[in-house]
Amino acid sequence: MIRVLFAALALGWASLSLPALAVEPDEILDDPALEARAREISTGLRCLVCQNESIDASNADLAKDLRILVRERLVAGDSDDEVRAFMVARYGDFVLLKPPVKPETYVLWFGPAAILVAGAIGVAVYIRRRGPQRPQAEAGDGLSPAERARLDRLLAGKDDGTSDA
Amino acid sequence: MSEIAQGNVGRRLLFLAPVILFAVLAGYFLWGLAPGRDPRILPSALIDQPVPDFDAGPLAGIGVPGLASTDLKAGKVSLVNFFASWCIPCRAEHPLLMNLAAQGGVELYGMNYKNKPAEARAWLVELGNPYSRIGTDEPGRIGIDWGVSGVPETFIVDGEGRIRYRHWGPIDRRAMEEIIRPLIVELSR
Repeated sequence: MIRVLFAALALGWASLSLPALAVEPDEILDDPALEARAREISTGLRCLVCQNESIDASNADLAKDLRILVRERLVAGDSDDEVRAFMVARYGDFVLLKPPVKPETYVLWFGPAAILVAGAIGVAVYIRRRGPQRPQAEAGDGLSPAERARLDRLLAGKDDGTSDA
Repeated sequence: MSEIAQGNVGRRLLFLAPVILFAVLAGYFLWGLAPGRDPRILPSALIDQPVPDFDAGPLAGIGVPGLASTDLKAGKVSLVNFFASWCIPCRAEHPLLMNLAAQGGVELYGMNYKNKPAEARAWLVELGNPYSRIGTDEPGRIGIDWGVSGVPETFIVDGEGRIRYRHWGPIDRRAMEEIIRPLIVELSR
């Protein structure tokens, strides 16, 4: 009895954790291959009403129309790219949840990498500039021969440091 | 000496970099948060494109013909307004359209979007009909071809049938006087 209850609970929980789908049963195509392609395309298309949801997840009226339109285009023999181009021709690149790589979006796509590279160059330059300072200090410490002689005397303890000779 | 001065300038610029970066970011954030900005308003993909091919049947009982793409290529500047009786902002912009129709100077066409004909008829009888042609788009397919994401949306089409401007949302007095009318005058020259 407890086991049955536990299984029912687990099942209920599992069904809760499934992604909420907006796709209604009457929209689904009979051909599973086409349906899979339609699902894949529509998860990448933005709902123009909710804007941060894909048409696959949105319950908006327009999203439903667009889902059906995607399926119609696929049944009519369009390739995935042709379906996307069809949507972009009407709603612009904004309809694609993943922005295309083209000159206008280079900053978006390559900006972060460019900043990373610039930062790495900056760090490298900084380390290179700072690095050689220690050996330089050992080789030439900027003391004149007289000063060096005095320093040697001081270190040897033969001078109290008051006389300049 | 000059080498040292140059080094100082370089170092100063380096210290300024975070300030500049902050200013640029703050500028973007300010722009994003500006009270007048509506992030839902997007540029239309159809600007300067020819109007999509369509042939929308008339709204029965109103007494004006339907609307087809050929009507928009007849040499006159036209204004195509997607509307629906269930759309509250459409009600808000309606008096401005009535006014525009009364003043003339532009072909004012309506597209009845996702609307039951009877409801659209009742709405136009109640508020008046500013349109000289009304096409019906009950399934909303023609709207999709025009890149419409909701009503009201208004397009200004030049005499050759190219879309020159799209107004998203209800037209207010300011948009009418500052954008729409001047553009109609300019395109009519």
